[in-house]
Amino acid sequence: MSLLKYESTLREPLVDGDKDYHQVSEDICRPIEVKPRKSWYVGLSIAVLLLLFGVYSIYRDVTYGIGQWNLNRTIGWGWDITNFVWWVGIGHAGTLISAILLLFRQGWRTGVNRAAEAMTIFAVMCAGQFPIWHMGRVWIAFFVMPYPNTRGPVWPNFNSPLLWDVFAISTYFTVSLLFWYSGLLPDLATLRDRAKTKFRKSFYGIASFGWSGSTKHWQRFEALALVLAGLSAPLVLSVHTIVSMDFATSVIPGWHTQIFPPYFVAGAIFSGFAMVQTLLVITRKVLGLEDYITIGHIEAMNKVIVMTGSIVGCAYLTELFIAWYSGNPYEYAAFYKYRIAGPYVWAYWTMMTCNVISPQLFWSAKLRRNIQFTFIMSVVVNIGMWFERFVIIVTSLYRDYLPSSWSTFYRPTIWEVGFFMGTIGLFFTCYFLFAKYFPVIAVAEIKAVLKTSGENYKRGMEKLEQESVDEFIHNNVSHEHGH
Amino acid sequence: MAIKKFVVGNFTDEEVLFPAVKRVRSAGYKIHDVYTPFPIHGLDTALGLRQTSLHTAGFIYGITGTTTALCGISWVFDVDWLMNIGGKPHIPLPAMIPITFELTVLFAAVGMVYTFCWLCQIAPGVKKHVFNPRSTDDTFTMVIECTEHTNVEEVKAFLHTVGAADINVQEAEAGWWWGTYDKEQVLYKEELA
Repeated sequence: MSLLKYESTLREPLVDGDKDYHQVSEDICRPIEVKPRKSWYVGLSIAVLLLLFGVYSIYRDVTYGIGQWNLNRTIGWGWDITNFVWWVGIGHAGTLISAILLLFRQGWRTGVNRAAEAMTIFAVMCAGQFPIWHMGRVWIAFFVMPYPNTRGPVWPNFNSPLLWDVFAISTYFTVSLLFWYSGLLPDLATLRDRAKTKFRKSFYGIASFGWSGSTKHWQRFEALALVLAGLSAPLVLSVHTIVSMDFATSVIPGWHTQIFPPYFVAGAIFSGFAMVQTLLVITRKVLGLEDYITIGHIEAMNKVIVMTGSIVGCAYLTELFIAWYSGNPYEYAAFYKYRIAGPYVWAYWTMMTCNVISPQLFWSAKLRRNIQFTFIMSVVVNIGMWFERFVIIVTSLYRDYLPSSWSTFYRPTIWEVGFFMGTIGLFFTCYFLFAKYFPVIAVAEIKAVLKTSGENYKRGMEKLEQESVDEFIHNNVSHEHGH
Repeated sequence: MAIKKFVVGNFTDEEVLFPAVKRVRSAGYKIHDVYTPFPIHGLDTALGLRQTSLHTAGFIYGITGTTTALCGISWVFDVDWLMNIGGKPHIPLPAMIPITFELTVLFAAVGMVYTFCWLCQIAPGVKKHVFNPRSTDDTFTMVIECTEHTNVEEVKAFLHTVGAADINVQEAEAGWWWGTYDKEQVLYKEELA
């Protein structure tokens, strides 16, 4: 064995079972090449139904205006912005797994990055819906884009965090899409070269851009991936920072706190990883990819969840402390009278339970490595994170500075819920189609780590570790120099 | 672009491929390209390829984005539609940072991906000659270009000695094309005749 391939056996293998390069292509491409299972059709149908419900809700929204939603004075933002922030947050794990873990040379990202990147794109697509339809007169949505116009001139306000959002979300979507698709090219070429039917050949032929696997291409590909990762890493942080500024630059008690940017970013990663877990636990089971998305991968992501969950917990407690310590009566009231108590108390404590208390169970290695528990937790965390956004938005808005404009009652209408359901439908429709027609695992990247982290290759390393130092140097080091 | 003749050697292991590349090059043969299913670090150096300048391109695109954003926002606020917002400075730099950052990233990313496709000559629908369909699966394919002085049998025998598992000869147009051969080209066979 070459010394270059040596990796400590203390690290768990990233690919289980006896695999060679061909077997990797076979395993990952097989689900695309065979007919999907019945469960796939059932899942897709449910997703499409939800999507249609969403489309109808939007149709009503456009026809009758956003009076269809139960927003009122003073709750001008309800489920719409809650859902927006929630979806953007979910969209953060993909780029984080891909980019930040690539920069940190984390080998375990290879098994999960493709699905996570796809998830990012679909989640951002869902997120983008909410501000757009929230405008009401959606046909003039292009007003937010700056261009030399004939309206006065009237320009969008570049000082406004809501306009920053437009730039942040559209940049994030574009860059994630480019990152995802450029990474897909080699694997689409694999599918093209394996294709048996004419349609598949031409589809993957067009989609793979004529990728040939030339050394020069790979060299540029790696440079591109690294720089895109370097660009996306601060981008992830900036996007949710900007989303948090929508709140933090306002004057509403409970919103204008300086802790918001890091707190939102941590929350976004927290919920994003939870959604990745939900998807991957299902995907590995349904597509039979347990050898590539191993318990080790699941555990690594659970560790990120417990870390970001703890950061979020810290942020909640800091908010409470500062609300008391600042001596600001409005801030104090928002937290101690209207969140911990008040009509929306159930939302606050759901948030606290799901986000702060329950992820702490992941300190136990046994629970971290338990698939069923992980799945349940991933759903719990997503519910909790949805409530976090709901709590921030609604519990700060329903009690204004003026008691005369206090509104104690806000409950979404069916069309507001329908819109949300619609985006869930959109997300899963896209994901089901992606899982059927594209490789959910980066084939080329798995092959690149196979000889260092594949289970059968690790056995060779075990033997290497049992050698005495002299033998080791004789067998390996001198051999390497011989090349 | 003319159709050329190539000797194609297929390797099953990258650890055999590496020394083979070095030996083929030192024997004086011109390696057209090596096709691999995944990136192999150091292979570009072994092949004597220069480092890519894609990073530099990315930097230039990024700077362009920064300049566009700063100039654009200041032009709007100070020239085209002069706005006095609460007596605040005319160039509110902190408020311009988020959009400037986003445009820097956007320009750099889009520009780099476009440049990447341009340099690699790949685009939707482009077809390239595939020397071995398994080179996107599990085979490492070394392609040696033949000139009029090349003794094909000798190259084949040499490739065999350096460990190629399967060797064949192919005629192909291996450059940039949109799926149709150039009608007016001189074919390799005709060149020889």
